Amino acid sequence: MKRIIYLLALVLPSQILADWQVNMPRGVTPTSEIAYDIHMLMFWVTVVIGVLVFGAMIYSIIYHRKSVGHQPAKFHESTKVEIIWTVIPFLILVACAIPATKALIMMEDTSDAGITLKVTGYQWMWEYEYLEDGVNFFSKIDNKSNNARRLNSGKDVNNVENYLRNVDNEVVLPTDTKVRLLLTASDVIHAWWVPELGGKKDAIPGYVNELWINIKKPGVYRGACAELCGKDHGFMPIVVRAVPKLEYEKWVSLKKDNRVAESQNIGR
Amino acid sequence: MSTNVQDIHEDHHHTPSGLMRWITTTNHKDIGSLYLWFSLLMFFVGGFMALIIRAELFEPGLQLVVPGFFNQMTTMHALIMIFGAVMPAFVGLANWQIPIMIGAPDMALPRLNNWSFWILPFAFTMLLSTLFFDSGGPAAGWTLYPPLSLQGGNSMPFVILSIHLLGISSILGAINVIATILNMRAPGMTLMKMPIFIWTWLITAFLLIAAMPVLAGAITMLLTDRFFGTSFFTASGGGDPVMFQHIFWFFGHPEVYILILPAFGIVSTIIPAFSRKKLFGYDSMVYATASIALLSFIVWAHHMFTVGMPLAGEIFFMLTTMLIAVPTGIKVFNWVATMWRGSMTFETPMLFALAFIILFTIGGFSGLMLAMTPADFQYHDTYFVVAHFHYVLVPGAVFAIIAAVYYWLPKWTGKMYSESLGKLHFWLTTIFVNLTFFPMHFVGLAGMPRRIPDYPVQFADFNAIASVGAFGFGLSQLLFIYILYNTLKRDVTAEDKVWDGAEGLEWTLSSPPPYHSFEKAPRVE
Repeated sequence: MKRIIYLLALVLPSQILADWQVNMPRGVTPTSEIAYDIHMLMFWVTVVIGVLVFGAMIYSIIYHRKSVGHQPAKFHESTKVEIIWTVIPFLILVACAIPATKALIMMEDTSDAGITLKVTGYQWMWEYEYLEDGVNFFSKIDNKSNNARRLNSGKDVNNVENYLRNVDNEVVLPTDTKVRLLLTASDVIHAWWVPELGGKKDAIPGYVNELWINIKKPGVYRGACAELCGKDHGFMPIVVRAVPKLEYEKWVSLKKDNRVAESQNIGR
Repeated sequence: MSTNVQDIHEDHHHTPSGLMRWITTTNHKDIGSLYLWFSLLMFFVGGFMALIIRAELFEPGLQLVVPGFFNQMTTMHALIMIFGAVMPAFVGLANWQIPIMIGAPDMALPRLNNWSFWILPFAFTMLLSTLFFDSGGPAAGWTLYPPLSLQGGNSMPFVILSIHLLGISSILGAINVIATILNMRAPGMTLMKMPIFIWTWLITAFLLIAAMPVLAGAITMLLTDRFFGTSFFTASGGGDPVMFQHIFWFFGHPEVYILILPAFGIVSTIIPAFSRKKLFGYDSMVYATASIALLSFIVWAHHMFTVGMPLAGEIFFMLTTMLIAVPTGIKVFNWVATMWRGSMTFETPMLFALAFIILFTIGGFSGLMLAMTPADFQYHDTYFVVAHFHYVLVPGAVFAIIAAVYYWLPKWTGKMYSESLGKLHFWLTTIFVNLTFFPMHFVGLAGMPRRIPDYPVQFADFNAIASVGAFGFGLSQLLFIYILYNTLKRDVTAEDKVWDGAEGLEWTLSSPPPYHSFEKAPRVE
């Protein structure tokens, strides 16, 4: 039945099914917003060029065809037009390159960060260390998704809440704070990516890469590993919960207390 | 009459018959046909793997395969399609067309030619056999990034050796193409009078010679890292995993143009023929092709913007990559100017060539977007990239190959294919190719990473559409097989000059051409 609905969906331009997101999210950080702006700039540039080029082509296909009796013209070269369509695209590209370069400079500036979060990729989970606050934990896919995703698990994944998008331990970050992420990996290359928080960066063994985010809106943001890292590459989600600073501090002290309690338990 | 002439020649040379004819052949047409049939076979093998991938991705959850096998399928699909389907198809076209387009009797190095083809079946047998190993085939992606590829099972040395063989085959083929083009042109055919397809292949051959040894070096270092204790790419031994990516893409980006420049040549041949008008801006087409080839060596790191390069590197590779849009744009504008005020008809090769221009340009547009480093941080390793490169490779390279086959098939066989079946093939293929790959832009932008066997339910709808499209596309290609079969069986002979608007020496030969294409060199004015 579901297959029939899918087939129907091909012919009906409707919104009957859940999620038809077609564009990049604008996101909630300065870096995701600038990436979105550059994306939309380039999208519209290509749309305009596309309309002009395909328009000329389609006009030609309709009117310059043999079946309507059009006779072929003889021209086949013109240095003037060749120069025109070399120079104009070049100028358009220069005009696009300027904001893109500015954006890039802004995105790569990791100075003056409020807190630093070290992220280590493992096959197949993440480890988070809050360097200033001394909190650290592992974060991997939650059990519900992990059980449902097995081959022939007999579970309908549509009934699993946030299927493949939930973790056991969420990353908690303060809003309106520049957070510097230090990315590395212990085994193979991974990539840390939460679309709404801006671009991804690879976590590479032997390297420490930098990335910064500054979340402007509290909320839960979900992402995943974006670099093929072996058989469970598709099953290492990322969940970031952004909360106001005060709440973040409470969370940190709670985590610390838990840790003290845990270590006392171990000591006993 | 022409068949009689051919028989006499075959007698004269005591050509073996049956299977031995094909194993021992040094004839450019026989070898061209071998390449093309082999490529078609690999197209279906690689396509079958793509359908396993799309079947698994039809709905969320794992229904058919385990993730490890899924990764083997994505890896093998890419290796087979790039090295087994597209590259051999272009070499096959080069073999058939170069001698008859430049007025030569055969390729310059016929025995080498035989060898470059016959390496391929062995290489691919070895590559495909790894799927039957206990530890399975390669599963680290066709890019073979370490350290992941170093974790692979026993398949790794087999894969590396087979890629070495493919590289040797490509380099030998490229040497042959260069030797033929530079030495065996008909008197009067100066370089700037060569057919544009010959020009694009000459430049492609130089790219092959420059790029394939780099790949050979990279994979040999992988091999020694795995088996001989070196640490070129392992951080724990002082090596650098990112260096592999630099070396790989120094090969990989020219490789991209190896896969598309001959396609440009084909489209630049077909568009004028059916517009009944000379190619607009021949000189600028040649210079644009050469510029693209040169630029292809200084853009490689745009495949790896997220590895954490220095800012200066990111800016440099963004700007050089954007620059490629200029010569590529010139090509598209020249094609449109060629059609402009022509007298167009729309036979099957022309339809595929027109679809090439539109759909390849769409792939070019997404390529321009991907070139912008700030936005690429979002696009990188998502389905947006998958959509992009499939647009330039399937309705790009593959459509050009299909167009070339329809265009020259009557010349090769002396038989005319069925135009109505050809058009049906075109429309089915074009509709399904868009149904398959266009939705991938959407899921990619919405945040679906590539190379995953299962996905969150939010991506379900577009993935289902893409899977339906993929099966439609695959089944439509069975029609292509039938059309080829039907053409050979039909009793419709083709004229020597099959298309009234076509230009070039190949149309002065009989259809099919004599065994030693031009025994006497024609004079080109």
